[in-house]
Amino acid sequence: MAMSYDRAITVFSPDGHLFQVEYAQEAVKKGSTAVGVRGKNVVVLGVEKKTVAKLQDDRTVRKICALDDNVFMAFAGLTADARIVVNRARVECQSHRLTVEDPVTVEYITRFISSIKQRYTQSNGRRPFGISSLIVGFDFDGTPHLYQTDPSGTYHAWKANAIGRSAKTVREFLEKNYKEEHMESDTDTIKLAIRALLEVVQSGGKNIELAIMKRDESMKILVQEEIEEYVTAIVKEKEEAEKQKKKT
Amino acid sequence: MNEVQNYGPERKIEFLHGTTTLAFKFQHGVIVAVDSRATAGAYIASQTVKKVIEINPYLLGTMAGGAADCSFWERLLARQCRVYELRNKERISVAAASKLLANMVYQYKGMGLSMGTMVCGWDKTGPGLYYVDSEGNRVCGDLFAVGSGSMYAYGIVDSGLKQKDLTVEEACDLGRRAIYQATYRDAYSGGQVNLYHVHSEGWNRVSQSDVLMLHQQYQAEKA
Repeated sequence: MAMSYDRAITVFSPDGHLFQVEYAQEAVKKGSTAVGVRGKNVVVLGVEKKTVAKLQDDRTVRKICALDDNVFMAFAGLTADARIVVNRARVECQSHRLTVEDPVTVEYITRFISSIKQRYTQSNGRRPFGISSLIVGFDFDGTPHLYQTDPSGTYHAWKANAIGRSAKTVREFLEKNYKEEHMESDTDTIKLAIRALLEVVQSGGKNIELAIMKRDESMKILVQEEIEEYVTAIVKEKEEAEKQKKKT
Repeated sequence: MNEVQNYGPERKIEFLHGTTTLAFKFQHGVIVAVDSRATAGAYIASQTVKKVIEINPYLLGTMAGGAADCSFWERLLARQCRVYELRNKERISVAAASKLLANMVYQYKGMGLSMGTMVCGWDKTGPGLYYVDSEGNRVCGDLFAVGSGSMYAYGIVDSGLKQKDLTVEEACDLGRRAIYQATYRDAYSGGQVNLYHVHSEGWNRVSQSDVLMLHQQYQAEKA
């Protein structure tokens, strides 16, 4: 017979904080950086790839997960916690298709994930999930979306955002360099995500993993060569900009 | 599992499926036409039953089988649809609404529910028409007629729908005619013909015509 826990772990402090949730957010800040950009016709997620040990198989460390044909997500924080959330979300995407005969909207699945996270901040014997996630995709009517969730269970829509280590630096970079007109071009949107990651990732292109989704297409994880192409183009643009500056 | 026996004190209550309800899709939406007679054996219990249930301003459900079963479950469906609307900030699709109803009654399969209903509406994919019953059937279609008078109604609608694009006026006449013909031949259907039209802005009640009046009208036209 299963006995249920009768004591909550996440309780209020005298000044109104939920310390367990805040500690969870600290755990997120230690995770590797993830960046998301919402373009007009493409949505991009990029993550910092941690260097793997020599004997470790590179392909088993995937931080970008497809939830359905039209939605995918990246996370920062405890990988094991993320696995649970991703599995539940994947099942819910299919349940939704079964009961409503329509694919989920990005907002719906974000709301679902946030509800799970919130439930764990208010349950007996459970601790909050130690992850923040960036959820991107296209709705059935073609509108692109980018949402961010955090361990407390709140979610917000963003045009571009970053989570994990050095998220603040990356977000400031995005705020400075995000231009609405550039979002019309797929290449510019992708470049913005890569440039943002390059700010904090050591040694360039080979530590970046990038996934894009164009409207009515499935998620595509870019191969190393494609990323290198973008990186070379970015480096060139930077050099040109420097030269211009020196001239004037 | 609560299996229903067909003998003894707990036997299934025999509902009389004495009714004619029909619905069909056409270019300008969905026409829903029903009769209004309720019978208990050979006794006519009522000539003024409302067999169209207004789930919400853009979804209609028809009633055939047990009146209590139909109206109860469709009211429950109305509540679910409203909650969906509030949570997702958009109207529920006809496919989803009919699925919710079908899933609700499926849990009671074999326990004696009797319900044969058509869920009709208009959503972002256009006109929607689903037949849902207490056996667990859920079918999408362009035309359904349910009840003891359904065969007579099918005859009229099948021949009338041959021409491809009907006007709203013509489609209403067709629906009205079909129910009238069913009441003419089927003893368990009669009373009035209640006609509804579902279009992109929602549904509206087109007419309520007594079948005896219709009989006079059609006879006069023949002469």
